[in-house]
Amino acid sequence: MNARTKRILNTTVGVILTAIMLFPLYWMINVSLTQPERLRKDPPDLIPINPTFDGYARVLSDQLPYLATSLIVGLGTVALTLVLSAPAAFALAKLRPRGGGAVDFVMLIAQMIPGIIMAMGFYLIFFNWGILDSVLGLILADSTLAVPFGVLIFTAFMSGIPEELMSAAKIDGANAWRSFRSVVLPISRNSVVTVSLFTFLWSWSDFLFASTVNRGGALQPITIGIYRYIGNNTQDWNAIMATAVVASIPAAVLLVVAQRYVAAGVTAGAVK
Amino acid sequence: MTAIQAAPKRGAGGRTTAPRGVAPGTGATRPGERDDRRRRRRAREQLVAWAFIAPVAIYMVVFYAYPLFRNLDLSFRDYTLASFITGEAPFVGIANYVEVLRSSTFWPALGNTAVFTLGSIAVQFALGLALAVFFYRRFPLATTLRALFLVPWLLPLLVSASIWAWMLNSDSGVVNAALAVFGIPQVNWLTSPQTSMIGVLIANIWIGIPFNLVILYSGLQNIPDEVYEASSLDGANAWQTFWRITFPMLRPVSAITLLLGLIYTLKVFDIIWIMTRGGPGDSSTTFAIWSYRLGFGGGSPDLSPAAAVGNLLIVIAFVFGIIYIRTQRRTEDEL
Repeated sequence: MNARTKRILNTTVGVILTAIMLFPLYWMINVSLTQPERLRKDPPDLIPINPTFDGYARVLSDQLPYLATSLIVGLGTVALTLVLSAPAAFALAKLRPRGGGAVDFVMLIAQMIPGIIMAMGFYLIFFNWGILDSVLGLILADSTLAVPFGVLIFTAFMSGIPEELMSAAKIDGANAWRSFRSVVLPISRNSVVTVSLFTFLWSWSDFLFASTVNRGGALQPITIGIYRYIGNNTQDWNAIMATAVVASIPAAVLLVVAQRYVAAGVTAGAVK
Repeated sequence: MTAIQAAPKRGAGGRTTAPRGVAPGTGATRPGERDDRRRRRRAREQLVAWAFIAPVAIYMVVFYAYPLFRNLDLSFRDYTLASFITGEAPFVGIANYVEVLRSSTFWPALGNTAVFTLGSIAVQFALGLALAVFFYRRFPLATTLRALFLVPWLLPLLVSASIWAWMLNSDSGVVNAALAVFGIPQVNWLTSPQTSMIGVLIANIWIGIPFNLVILYSGLQNIPDEVYEASSLDGANAWQTFWRITFPMLRPVSAITLLLGLIYTLKVFDIIWIMTRGGPGDSSTTFAIWSYRLGFGGGSPDLSPAAAVGNLLIVIAFVFGIIYIRTQRRTEDEL
């Protein structure tokens, strides 16, 4: 077998494997376009015959408030995470605080705590504070998914910024805050993008915190919107899948615009 | 997820033991005075550094340590609906833990947690490794296809769980329709106690493959090409190369991937809750599901036993967490 046939064979196998892996996504889109009365057909239609957009119309009429809430919560979580984690990481990476190693360790451990345990603690605390069922409470809870990650990613990145650059800023009379704002932060743009993207995605995808600390709120995120659909009428999979397609858009956008950041986020430091 | 960064090792010792008064007698100031000034400057630098860290430190105390403490406190009390109004809950010692350990759900939940976790990571790892090795062959479209493999990992878990719930539907699911082509009778994936665990496992493995693929792929990139060249000069075939070279050299990365997978799989909640709610009966109930069901699953909330179950889960997670950190440190030393 020559190299050319080998390459073509590899690509063919690769395409087939990818198709198998992504079949559930195709199926989601297929079902979202299938007329509800054809959904119970056996065997099911492999392609949407006479596609319907009724499911998407229902998303527009029912789910817009949920989508808007998810957007607000996502942006709020990103803002909070960046504000908290970037300056701390700067100090850990460049100012050599005593006890910095312990902070790193805490961040590592924090990510291992199962969400359900946090959710129960938040439930009681937010009840006391009167922010149960609020957007603010959900932003605070969701931020715990991302802050330790943000600190670790930023620290890893900022450690790589050359010391000479810091000294140069110092000689120019910049204090620590100025060095951070005018030198380190602009250079760290890529890691800011990575952290923001992942934070938004996690907040957007969160169901556990939404269903505990915001279970009765007036403004609820899209994950609760879908969950309601599933709970209320299990027959209406056409609308459920249409909502699922819409809820997947941020993930799709993220992959298209920021693919290299995604791989960076997954592997960040797990392997040197 | 992830973020197991390689932060530089910073020993507290390095700076504090910096040589003092290196050039005695130079300049107008005496060494003692200079020491003093230097110490003051260092104290100021520490203060500035910690001013940057303070917001996150406070945040970690209020939004991590405090919820954990409340959860622990909750598990030693009898917190009822009335407690929400009065703010008081009687201290009951380890009664909640005793109740949980004696519950008929305990052993099934422990078994399910073990099966779900080990089953997930074993299959995810095997498939992820096979795919990583395959995509490492560098053929046209390899990069694009590998990127597409990430999609399942980026989707909201609730979306993935919903898709699989419908695909595994007994009557109208596409999986049963496909099996029917081969003459296999209807499987009640999510509604039969014998298969519900397999159903949620399939979905969770699908979600976990991308993570394993990406980490193991980056591990492959770190194996120097010369090693492969040497092995091909020695006439090793692909199979031998994999088992004699690739696999052993991937060991540190594999250990990290497996342990991370273990820690994250222990936490899995969304998938199982959406697909089966831990049922039928307790057949797919893990610790995470059990805890949620007690606390928020509807009916009157049993927050105290729920907290006790959660704390058992955290102990398991921490044991593996410590192993993970130790493994990672050792890997860093080796690299």
